[in-house]
Order: sequence, then structure tokens, then C-alpha cells
Amino acid sequence: MKILICISNVPDTTTKIRFVNDNTAFDTNGVQWIINPWDELALTRALELKETTGGAIEKVTVINVGTKDTEPTLRKALAIGADDAIRVNTEPKDAFFVAYHISEAVKNEGYDMIIAGIDSSDYNGAAVGGMLAEFLGVPSVSSVSSIDVEGDNVSLKREIDGGSEVIGTQLPFVAIIQKGVAIEPRIPSMRGIMMARKKPLNVVEPVEADALTEFVSYELPQAKAACKMVDPENVKELINLLHTEAKVI
Amino acid sequence: MNFEFTEEQLMIRQAARDFAQRELINDVIERDYKAKFPANHVKTMSELGFMGMMIDPKYDGGGMDTVSYVLAMEEISKIDSSVSVIMSVNNSLVCYTIERFGTEEQKEKYLKPLARGDKIGAFLLSEPESGSDATMQRIIAEDKGDFYLVNGIKNWITSANSGSIYILFAQTHPKKKHRGINAFIVEKDTPGISLGPHEDKMGMRSSDTHSVMFTDVKVPKENRLGEDGLGFKIAMKALEAGRLGIAAQALGIAAGALERSIQYSKERKAFGTEIANHQAIAFKIADMAVKVENARNLCLKAAWLKDNKKPFALASSMAKLYAADIAMEVTTEAVQIHGGYGYVKEYHVERLMREAKLTQIYEGTSEIQKIVISRVLLKD
Repeated sequence: MKILICISNVPDTTTKIRFVNDNTAFDTNGVQWIINPWDELALTRALELKETTGGAIEKVTVINVGTKDTEPTLRKALAIGADDAIRVNTEPKDAFFVAYHISEAVKNEGYDMIIAGIDSSDYNGAAVGGMLAEFLGVPSVSSVSSIDVEGDNVSLKREIDGGSEVIGTQLPFVAIIQKGVAIEPRIPSMRGIMMARKKPLNVVEPVEADALTEFVSYELPQAKAACKMVDPENVKELINLLHTEAKVI
Repeated sequence: MNFEFTEEQLMIRQAARDFAQRELINDVIERDYKAKFPANHVKTMSELGFMGMMIDPKYDGGGMDTVSYVLAMEEISKIDSSVSVIMSVNNSLVCYTIERFGTEEQKEKYLKPLARGDKIGAFLLSEPESGSDATMQRIIAEDKGDFYLVNGIKNWITSANSGSIYILFAQTHPKKKHRGINAFIVEKDTPGISLGPHEDKMGMRSSDTHSVMFTDVKVPKENRLGEDGLGFKIAMKALEAGRLGIAAQALGIAAGALERSIQYSKERKAFGTEIANHQAIAFKIADMAVKVENARNLCLKAAWLKDNKKPFALASSMAKLYAADIAMEVTTEAVQIHGGYGYVKEYHVERLMREAKLTQIYEGTSEIQKIVISRVLLKD
């Protein structure tokens, strides 16, 4: 079985977000880039499966749509333990554009299990996994919180309202994963970092594709207002403030 | 000049940071308080390859450069210097010494398990009456033909109990003074070796320190490192390298105290505003940051010299002297910024201050560093 993990290159989750060009572009200055946390958990689970299923998993590949700047993120995935990496050499524009490029790059490569994180921590589009399955004409299972493999059988646990369900699927398929699929991402070892130097990172040129959406502008959430303390004796003032300032009553 | 780190160096720094901030942080206070050895963390460090980072991969090491080692030491020491001292001793005193001075057989037998972290190493140089003056070795290794017979005592030995492979320095030819000293690889379970009680230290309490007694201990001839009488030179070369590890440790302690102080001063309010807005605190932060940056640059310069096969003894002494002294200053200020909270364990900075003190003492006191530095500068 061959596993493909879709990797999004995202700003570190503690990044201070700023916008430039009249709030139409994200300011990437000084940003540290990481593997999208969901994708990192997907990779962790794929490697666990590879180690524990006694040869059932032939290889684990990671793929990213991005310019050369995203290669450190892919090499980190290789250092963590992926066998090889694919980079589709273009600036990702929207979910349709990314999903189409991934499908074009891998449609003839025979991946049996394709895993995408439920969303990326930067744009939260939550669309690539489903679109990718559609382009490839394979089933997709969303909100997967656990993946198990026995021989050629895959069982996927999904969170549903008030409980969970277990789903079996034919191969190939796309699993869109969320919390629970793995507990903690792996830290690359010195050996892994050294071996990453020699693992293949294949660059694929983009195909003709258009983005279907465009970013018009960004807005930062309103800054949190300062907390105002009211003396417990002074209920009148509290009611007055709730009425005139907070405007909730 | 190039101040950029390579992609790999950054990956290693991040790996060390993740390890420290995800794992070490959880029980660092408790381990320090109870003086409990971090066995599970050492196991993780071994799996990650931090125990023999710079050793050639053909001896199961990580094959990384010294700059990466300094970056990793800094990140781990920001959180826990008990763990980083185990790492430093194993890497730069024990593994380095065997890789540099050992025979192929010694490397095969001892370096490989040490570099993998399957075994922990200890470095037995100090004695009850011989610390800074390492020429005065009282412990005797008598040449008995097929073996050496060792009698005497070693003091302040990091990882004496948790470790199982010792690098031992002992006097074979007392008349030759320091030119009579030999270095040996000794397995801890050799008959005749016994440990003194666990030292109840001020800081770095989660790392074990003991004295080690040798009574008629037979050390096989093939376990001697280098030529007969080369022991003192081996010790000095090991300390040259070791000192850089401790410099990076002191840097990490200071950098950790600075990070905590910045965070705290932006949260804590006094006189109606965050204390970071008071110049008295803001200026302390500025002074601390300059010191930390200076220490970092000295450490990285020494590491760069070592990686480029240039003499680095002077640079590593300067780095150790400066980083240890500013670690003490910066952690003291960090406690001051935290006020009463700084004086209790929960906020970590009192522990960093206790840890900083040791960096001025071990692997060459600050005073010894000044001797090393001034002698280099003043010799004709």
C-alpha cells in the first residue's frame, strides 16, 4: 500500500498576523513556516502504520503545492520519516487550484491512501481533500479521527453527532483527518535529518489551471477591549455600563 | 561573514526546542525538587540522536557540526540543565575523547553504545584535593604488565551512577608529574569500584553526582587511551571541547531566564500598567538581551572555529567565562523582575539561577578561564 500525505506550508501558529498592500496580502516578513499541524498528525499516523503493519505500507510520500520556499517544510517531513516528497512548483492560489494540481501530479502514481488535513491553519478553507477525491474519482471520508490498516483492509473512525462510526472503504481513497488520528507529532531525529539529505524531493512543473476564487481583502479581528472592573456594591453602575457601553441589555 | 544558519541547523534547533518545551518542561520542577534522574528523557534524547550528536555516523553518531550542538544545548538548557549536563558530558567529554584518542577496537566497543545513547558516559578527572589543578592526580594506576591496578578516589562525578562507561584519569608515573598521567576507559561494573552517596546539590539536582572509589581495580592494558603518559593532554583537549558545551548551557540558562522575564513583564501589572512599561524593568530587559546575544555570538564563534578545524581553545574559554558570568547576572535580574513569584519554584527562574551558579564552577571555574585566556594573550 502506498500512502500520500498532502502537506500545507503554513505560518507557525504563534505568528503575529499582519497584512500589507491595503490589506490584500499577508505579510510574510519574519514568519516561521511549519507543516500544517493536521498534516503533521497525518504523517505521524502514516509512519506509525508503516512501522506496525509489517510491510503492508510500501512507502509514504508527502506532496505540497508551492514555490521553492516551501522545501524546508518538505525536508522536515522527510526528516520525520517520509520516504520521498513531491513539490508542484507554483504559488498555491485557492483550494480548487491546489487540489487540481495534486490530482494531476499523482493520478498515475498508484497511491492507495491519500490523507489530507481537515483544513490548513492559515486559510481554513477545508476544501482540498474533498475536491482532490472528486478529481481523482475516488471515495472520500471526512472528519476521520482514527485510521487502522489490516492487510488491504482499512477502517476509518469518524466523529458524528453524539458518537462515532467506523467506515470501511475501497482503495484508493482520500481520508480527511482531524483531531485524534495521532496524539503528538514526531520530532525529527539527527539520523532522520541526516537521511533527509539523500531522500528524493521531486519537483513537478504546474499544469494549466485557474483559481476559481480570489482574495479581495483581509481584516484582523477587533482587538480585545480592556476589562472594566465594577465594584460588587455598585450594581447600578454595572447595569448602566451593560446598557450604554456593552449594549447587551 | 555569514550569520545565517543552514536549514539543517535550524531543523536541529527546532527539534531540541520541541523536545524541551513538550517533554522536559512537564516534570522539570518535580525532578529538580526530588533529585530524580531523567531516565525517560535520556531515552528520548538517545532516540533523537542528541547523545552523540557530533560523532561520525560510522560510529553510530549524528554526524552534526558543533554549531548545531550549541543550538541544541541552548534550547535544552533554557528548560532543564540537569538534562543538558548529561548530554554535554556524554557528547563533548566522553564521546569526543574516545573518537579523538581511542583505537578502532575502543571505538567499536565503547564509542558506539555511547553515541547511540544506549550507555551513558562519565568523566573522572576531579579529586577531593584536585579540582582546578588537574596536574595533581593522587589516584594511582600502577602498571602491572597485563593490566593497571587502580587505587584512589574521584570526586564530583556527573552521571557516576547513571553512567556505565567511565573515562578515568590516574597517575602512573608520579615522578613525571602531569606527564605521568594516563587516561583509561573503565566499565563501572569492574570489581573494586564503589560509589559515594548521592551529592545533594544546590542546582541541576536531577543529574546524579557522586564520588567514585577505586580499590584494587584491574583495568586491562588495552583500555588505556593514547600513548603512555598522554593522559593530561587528553584531559585538556577534552575540556577544551567540554567547555564549549557548558558555555552553550550557560547561554541557554540566561536565554531561558530572559524569555521568561519578557513574558512575565508583559503580563504582570503594577501601578496601573504592565511592568514592561516601567523603564526600570524595560531597561533590565534590554541589558539582559545584550548580554545573552553577546554570549550567543561567543559560543557560535567558538563552534564555528572548531567546525572549521581552527584553534578554538581561546574562543571556548572566552565563551565559557562570559556565558557563565552573565548567566548568573541575567538569572538574578530575572528573579528580581518576577519579584516574589521569582522566589518560588513555580516560575522557574529561581531554578535557573541555581543552575547558573554551577556553570561558573564546573569544567574550569571562571577564574581558571581567566588564567587560560590571559596566558594565551600574554605569552611572548
